[in-house]
Amino acid sequence: MARVISNKRILKDVFVLRAEGRFEGEMGQFYMVRAWDKFPLLSRPLSIHDIGNDYIEFLYRVQGQGTSILSLLKPSDEIKLEGPYGNGFPLVKGKIALVGGGIGIAPLYLAAKKLSQNEGVDLLDIYMGFRNEAILEDKYKKFADNLYININGFITDDIDFKKYDYIFTCGPEIMMKKIVDMAKDYNTKVYVSIEKRMACGVGACLVCSCKTKSGNKRTCKDGPVFFGEDVIFDV
Amino acid sequence: MMCNLKVKFKDVEFKNPIIMASGTFGFGREYSEIYDIEKLGGICTKGLTLNKREGNDGIRIWETPSGILNSVGLQNPGVREFIESELDFLRKLDLITIVNIGGATLDEYIEAVSIVSNEDVDMIELNISCPNVKEGGMAFGIKEESARKIVREIRKVTKLPLVVKLSPNAEDIVRIAKVCEEEGADGISLVNTFNAMAIDIRKKRAVFKNIYAGLSGPAIKPIALRMVHEVCKNVSIPVMGMGGITDWKDAIEFIMAGATCIQIGTANFINPRAGLEILEGIKRFMAEEKIESIEEIRGIV
Repeated sequence: MARVISNKRILKDVFVLRAEGRFEGEMGQFYMVRAWDKFPLLSRPLSIHDIGNDYIEFLYRVQGQGTSILSLLKPSDEIKLEGPYGNGFPLVKGKIALVGGGIGIAPLYLAAKKLSQNEGVDLLDIYMGFRNEAILEDKYKKFADNLYININGFITDDIDFKKYDYIFTCGPEIMMKKIVDMAKDYNTKVYVSIEKRMACGVGACLVCSCKTKSGNKRTCKDGPVFFGEDVIFDV
Repeated sequence: MMCNLKVKFKDVEFKNPIIMASGTFGFGREYSEIYDIEKLGGICTKGLTLNKREGNDGIRIWETPSGILNSVGLQNPGVREFIESELDFLRKLDLITIVNIGGATLDEYIEAVSIVSNEDVDMIELNISCPNVKEGGMAFGIKEESARKIVREIRKVTKLPLVVKLSPNAEDIVRIAKVCEEEGADGISLVNTFNAMAIDIRKKRAVFKNIYAGLSGPAIKPIALRMVHEVCKNVSIPVMGMGGITDWKDAIEFIMAGATCIQIGTANFINPRAGLEILEGIKRFMAEEKIESIEEIRGIV
């Protein structure tokens, strides 16, 4: 059980929730979050947006019943956090681009923070695509060598693939698929963060299966971050 | 006061009546990273079939008021791979290992059960109630004649304690339970999920590729409890009761309805430590009520 420190509205339906406590977690991992008893039944898997010595943050969009309840939380309210779960992004070196689409930018903040502290990262560029308006530019900018924002277009058009050894991406599947496909022509390795409906969150129930070249993988346990070329996308 | 939570299910002794339901607990590994699962009574494995299955395409989970619909479709590594890679882990635990077996055809069931029967497992749970596979599964558990046939054939190929897991979609669940008893089953477990559906009104189609899916969770509890009660009153073999048990009070209800053991399924998704907390709650209740043995309250309603 943790306590909410703040729950800031960033857009009409986008919030950053900060909870108090010392939490574990690597970039790309997630927590199962709930702030209610038995209804709705399932917890909500939210990737770690940021983590500090005495707090953890989640960036989320109100999507259904669970996130609606989260959006109403006030400072000092209780919240249950189980985790951290899953495999996150690898701590790599070289020239790296982070590409987020919409609310998919959420896990890339912690990634930017960690990578910017990692020796041997020569270039860290951040690309963020939004449908209507950009959010959190200033927050991401401080870790980026270059920050590229695209509104109502295709962020994939802005990426100069040959510049990068690695791309970490999270967002709509169609965007991630396109990045994986486009990167094939270069020597750029892509890691994607997959989103699926989850139940247990720990790898037992098999409802969040992700199709890969080596069979079904559990998004919650084997992912949510996968090597892009291994994933067979639904789109 | 020391309360005695030991239960005997036919000849199998459980240190307590809490069993993790098939399909909600994998093969135990994941939850063992979260808490000491040896405090539980037993584990039913993920449903296994003769050969590996990749399971169903499309959405596999959908929340409903007080419940979930699932359509996993028996994704599993197959019995041989289970024996090769998972059984040792389970055997090393102080837990009753119940291997859940499903299949598409009678022959598949027979072969899978035969293979498992050569191994060191404590019990078999015969799944004739999975609604999420196109062939087999629940089809064997709807009608009396097909249930009779499969239990009769399986009984011939295994000496392991045999529990038959029934579907609430059965035409007459009491009748089917009696048939299982007549054919030599050592126990009954019920209920599996209710055949149900959801429609995406924007996409104007069913949420699940298979159209129908299995409903579990608190939404089904009162019906499951009634079915467990009816079956317990009508058979003399022991019963594992399940269906929407989310806390110790639910668990006590199922025991009072006559269940020897109880299975915890969907509750694991609400709280990964649900099994442990239910066990602690039962102990507290027994202490408060000065109940020394769980036998004192079994089937009192």
